[in-house]
Amino acid sequence: MTHFSARSLLKNALSGHKDWPAQWPESQPKAEYDVVIVGAGGHGLGAAYYLASQHGITNVAVIDKGWLGGGNTGRNTTIIRSNYLYDESARLYDHALDLWDNLSQELNYNVMYSRRGVMMLAHSVHDEQSFQRHIHSNRLNGVDNCWLTPAEAKAFCPPLDITARRRFPVVGAALQRRAGTARHDAVAWGYARGAAARGVDIIQNCPVTAIRRGPDGAVTGVETAKGFIRAKKVAVSAAGSTSVVLQSAGLRMPLESYPLQALVSEPVKPCFPCVVMSNTVHAYISQSDKGELVIGSGTDQYVSYSQRGGLPLIEHTVAAICEVFPMFRRMRMLRKWGGIVDVTPDRSPILGKLPVKGLYVNCGWGTGGFKATPGAGHLLAWTVAKDEPHPINAPFTLERFTTGRLIDEAAAAAVAH
Amino acid sequence: MTAFRIPGKGRIDHARPVRFTFDGRVVEGRAGDTVASALLANGIHLMGRSFKYHRPRGAVTAGSEEPNALIRTARGRGRAEPNTRATMQEIHESLAAESQNRWPALAFDVGAINDGLYMLFSAGFYYKTFMWPRSFWDRVYEPLIRRAAGLGRAPTDPDPDLYASRNLHCDVLVVGGGPAGLAAALAAARTGAEVVLVDEQAEIGGTLLSEPHLVIDGQPAWDWLAAALAELGAMPNVRLMPRTTAIGYYHQNMVGLCQRLTDHLADPPADAPRERLWRVRAGQVVLAQGAIEKPLVFDGNDRPGVMLSGAAQTFLHRFGVRVGRRAVVVTTHDSAWHTAFDLAAAGVRIAAIVDLRPGVDGALTARAAALGIEGLTGHTVTDTRGRLRVSGVRVNPVADGRVGPGRIVPCDALLMCGGWTPSLHLFSHTRGTLAWDEASGAFLPDRKTEACQIAGAGRGLWGVAAALEDGAKAGAEAAAAIGRATAPGTFAVQGDRPGTGLVVRELPTDADPGRAKAFVDFQNDVTAKDIRLAVREGMRSIEHVKRYTTTGMATDQGKLSNINGLMIAADALDRPAPEVGLTTFRPPYTPTSFGALAGYRRDGHFEVTRKTPIDPWAEAQGAVFEPVALWRRARYFPRPGEDMDAAVARECRAVRTGVGMFDASTLGKIEVVGPDAVTFLERMYTNPWAKLGVGRCRYGLLLGEDGFIRDDGVIGRLAPDRFHVTTTTGGAARVLSVMEDYLQTEWPDLDVWLTSTSEQWAVVAVQGPKARALLAPFVQGLDLSEAAFPHMSVAECTVAGFPARLFRVSFTGELGFEVNVPARHGRALWETLWQAGQAHGIAAYGTEAMHLLRAEKGFIIVGQDTDGTVTPQDAGLSWAIGKAKPDFVGKRSLVRPDIVAPGRKQLVGLLTEDPDVVLEEGAQIVADPRQPVPMRMIGHVTSSYRSGALGRSIALALVEGGHGRMGETLHVPMPGKTHAVRVTGVTFYDPEGARLKGEEVPA
Repeated sequence: MTHFSARSLLKNALSGHKDWPAQWPESQPKAEYDVVIVGAGGHGLGAAYYLASQHGITNVAVIDKGWLGGGNTGRNTTIIRSNYLYDESARLYDHALDLWDNLSQELNYNVMYSRRGVMMLAHSVHDEQSFQRHIHSNRLNGVDNCWLTPAEAKAFCPPLDITARRRFPVVGAALQRRAGTARHDAVAWGYARGAAARGVDIIQNCPVTAIRRGPDGAVTGVETAKGFIRAKKVAVSAAGSTSVVLQSAGLRMPLESYPLQALVSEPVKPCFPCVVMSNTVHAYISQSDKGELVIGSGTDQYVSYSQRGGLPLIEHTVAAICEVFPMFRRMRMLRKWGGIVDVTPDRSPILGKLPVKGLYVNCGWGTGGFKATPGAGHLLAWTVAKDEPHPINAPFTLERFTTGRLIDEAAAAAVAH
Repeated sequence: MTAFRIPGKGRIDHARPVRFTFDGRVVEGRAGDTVASALLANGIHLMGRSFKYHRPRGAVTAGSEEPNALIRTARGRGRAEPNTRATMQEIHESLAAESQNRWPALAFDVGAINDGLYMLFSAGFYYKTFMWPRSFWDRVYEPLIRRAAGLGRAPTDPDPDLYASRNLHCDVLVVGGGPAGLAAALAAARTGAEVVLVDEQAEIGGTLLSEPHLVIDGQPAWDWLAAALAELGAMPNVRLMPRTTAIGYYHQNMVGLCQRLTDHLADPPADAPRERLWRVRAGQVVLAQGAIEKPLVFDGNDRPGVMLSGAAQTFLHRFGVRVGRRAVVVTTHDSAWHTAFDLAAAGVRIAAIVDLRPGVDGALTARAAALGIEGLTGHTVTDTRGRLRVSGVRVNPVADGRVGPGRIVPCDALLMCGGWTPSLHLFSHTRGTLAWDEASGAFLPDRKTEACQIAGAGRGLWGVAAALEDGAKAGAEAAAAIGRATAPGTFAVQGDRPGTGLVVRELPTDADPGRAKAFVDFQNDVTAKDIRLAVREGMRSIEHVKRYTTTGMATDQGKLSNINGLMIAADALDRPAPEVGLTTFRPPYTPTSFGALAGYRRDGHFEVTRKTPIDPWAEAQGAVFEPVALWRRARYFPRPGEDMDAAVARECRAVRTGVGMFDASTLGKIEVVGPDAVTFLERMYTNPWAKLGVGRCRYGLLLGEDGFIRDDGVIGRLAPDRFHVTTTTGGAARVLSVMEDYLQTEWPDLDVWLTSTSEQWAVVAVQGPKARALLAPFVQGLDLSEAAFPHMSVAECTVAGFPARLFRVSFTGELGFEVNVPARHGRALWETLWQAGQAHGIAAYGTEAMHLLRAEKGFIIVGQDTDGTVTPQDAGLSWAIGKAKPDFVGKRSLVRPDIVAPGRKQLVGLLTEDPDVVLEEGAQIVADPRQPVPMRMIGHVTSSYRSGALGRSIALALVEGGHGRMGETLHVPMPGKTHAVRVTGVTFYDPEGARLKGEEVPA
């Protein structure tokens, strides 16, 4: 792996950039691996990276039906925050935030983690109660989150309209300063490069068609478009397709897959300093390093595996943004797209062992999986390597939907992000 | 008339000069000009700067695919927008145009220093550096990158313009008004089908506007066009929509259109919307969007004055503009030869036609020779000269793959043509698949997923004759598909120029390609070497190449760059182009204003504000409102000098000691009717209903499948088969849809009908010991006495002369009635009772007092004291569960191990040690206040108030194992201070319920 630095960049610039090696090789599957990870998104690649770098397990394949980072990793609005309500969630997302802090240096790949601050707008007494509950809980959990008055919110985000003219006037905001955004593709590429350098095979354009189990019920490997691959441990981290993949192992997952759309504007000079979310008007917005306003909202209302989505939701989302930021009405939407998110009944992920020997899952991140990428990868690697969950992901079992110990973040916030 | 404008030529109005400003300078054009054509008519090619290297750029196209000539357009305060394509913006007298991304001036831009450092700014360079020292990313590097990025400036003032939207159904929607689209529209419309024809240009006609020499069915092209438009325009079943872009193609043949209504007008009517979004549901869609010309990729292919040959053709014929005095044409396709001939005929000196192909149609070379034009077949272009405008081009012979010595050919315009790309963006939105067609050297439509036809150049058919024939066929097929069969017409076309060409990568060169500035994506400054670098670095998927280099991600969304980028990537990968494939086209086809998408949904219309019939009275009284779901509700009614606390204290006092009135109209109401209504409610709600007598009501609790409380409300039985169900204000729609869901999917055998009646009934709550005294005189047909109409009764009667459903219920703990009257009588009833109430010292009370009064009684508010994780047992509502019922929604979940395990959070009361401390709602509770962070939290405060009746603060809270902690002291750590609290039951006031009876009315 060529070390990335200003010096290596300069040296290669002088030699016409002819000597850069591939960041990861094009791998073909071997007959057997110690661990097969299904899904080469940020989470799956991250798990492979941590298996290799922290647990010494390098005979690992990450297999994807498409190109790496091509699912929700490359389709989300890149918001990173950890101001979740419940202890279990706060620990999970704050663990990820701790890893984000040093990720560029760890991977020697600039993932552009930008601590721009995420501000969530309150528009009613009910919002304020809910946010204060989060803030008080975060404070006692040691998670950064504070309350802003409307004037303070406007000072933090000058484009914000805090006048009473608005249909939903701003009554305050919750701000997590440590939160922000990152460059989503770079996260996948950085993990892929780091994992590949440690011996992990990344196998793209190779759909996994079935998970095979032996007579004792334990996992024996995966059937793929490129043939059967033996593995005693298989971890599925396939977002919207998880339910389909796990069905082949005889597991029916409590997941619903919905289209989630997002859009960007044409690029403009810096005009928006942070991330703003509003659950009441249903939209969130930030500005990318390239200058595009990056905008999203909730899922479409129907379940689907089609990465398209409809126009009405986009109309509503853009209207919501213009309601809070009326000066953006003359901006233009450049591109919109959809991803398929897998949603659990309590809107919290499932990360751990499955009731099949050798089978592990990381799914159900719904609309908010990107922010957890390093944490999810790290915890999945731990769980696979030790065949038991890390204390942080121990509560996020599949069994909780049977026993009733839910971690319902959606309960306190109408939209979970 | 300027040097570059040809008198009398084109479709502009030469008699009507129009002045606008560009970078502050007055420019004169003609009515019908675009900004680009007007600037070119004045000899101005320099219109912008590129994104990364700040290279000088001019218009490279004449259409919506323009990547370079992006300008800021403005007309007064609040009406300014960045990144407008100069090639699409029509000029008018109020227009102020400005170049972008340059400082201090367009001709002298300091940012161009990047151009000198371009080897450093290779694809993805930012992933490899800016990591040390770590803290510099947030404070130094990122702010620098951000300042350098972005093109125009975002608007800063609210937009005063209006935007509209409409829905439309039609039989056939034709997208694109060129020859194929016109022929399709004519064929379909002549069958009587409802046809909509949209075109993004100001004028419908497409390529016909640039090819006036054609003769169609014996008529000059423009006469044929005028006749076709006249015929279509005269048909009542046809809607012609110029300046309208089909932005996206959605499921079930829904196409979104954006129609531009006023941006071309100097003085738009004040009330006219700027743009209108159309949602068209079409029986059939005909996609006739033509093809987009490909640039050629060579060193210096981006200088102002270098443009697509078809653009020069358009500027000449539509706008009467010569794009230069001395032009060189470089091409791999026949069509550019014709451009050269047309320009020569218009007086432009053609210095050379450079064609990479060694063999070119003899008719073309002969014609060139006859015109005295040097035809350099088997030649390449390896460099260009000039900074702010191209001044020369280096031309080299190519033989057997070897590039010979070059010579400089001076010129002030370089016209390029790398062939044509079928415009299949909308088709791709539908997830229709594309397949590479070797013959036409293009991706063509393969498998369709929607009811659409693709016509003309979109199918790789070149030339106007083929487009007309194919369009007519598509129109006829579309008509036939909706049951209107017809025979497609035929056309006789003279002067057609179908042509063929060669698909190439970068042009061959004798220079080091690793250092060439051969642009693939002009706006984003992506060069061929960037794409090759990406492949070298392992970006083997075209999506990775796109994301790593940003090729195709500029505001033209790859319209010019996609195929060139693919050809180069495929070469670098040593794989055939079709195997590498294209990136997915995403809506919108061209950038679409947020305003158009938002439409009417702005300010007060963003969401409806639901108001009760009594709302105007409250407003007149000076009530302070709060939003509750989409409703606005009176929160309190301050008298002069009162703050919220004072007003609420007074309102509560009136209810506790006399009588208060409350507008409860926002409560959700569902009429549940039918022979199986009882069975239905038995299954939906936790409570038993079978034995509820007619004329009685009961508190109902609704759970989710997970056993957690979702909603509650009082349900009254009006007849054996009729229930009046009330829900929370915010939950009304959700409860109805859950009920419908169960009824339609789980229990279709039940005979039950559900009707939302939330807005049909106005509800006036009359509460307080004197409630009966106030109400009784107005009630006819019902004895209100305790014996005749006890607590939890319901009856139909007349109140103040209005038909009413009268409930005896209490959410305050006092004697209470809720009077439901048809909404239209709500205000009159309210005012009648208000007048009569004066004698009793009545007060109107709002939601804040209501919340406080119910909290004193320990009544929960779903969504405040519960949050979707609370079971009936947790909330202390086990009594509301029908123990003998075989089933109800959520029942099975109530016995799950973790639901019955100890340690669940349960609803309790809290009394602060200091009675004056009012806890914050949402504050967290701990057992041990001295532990370090992270603390172990065991609950939180759900409701908290200062109670006038009790003379101290009270609170409700969810606390782990709370029901077993009565009397325990817990702690609420707040910043700076920790409050000690004692755990109590939830009923703070009148635990015996004695006050429910109120005062009897003296006989």
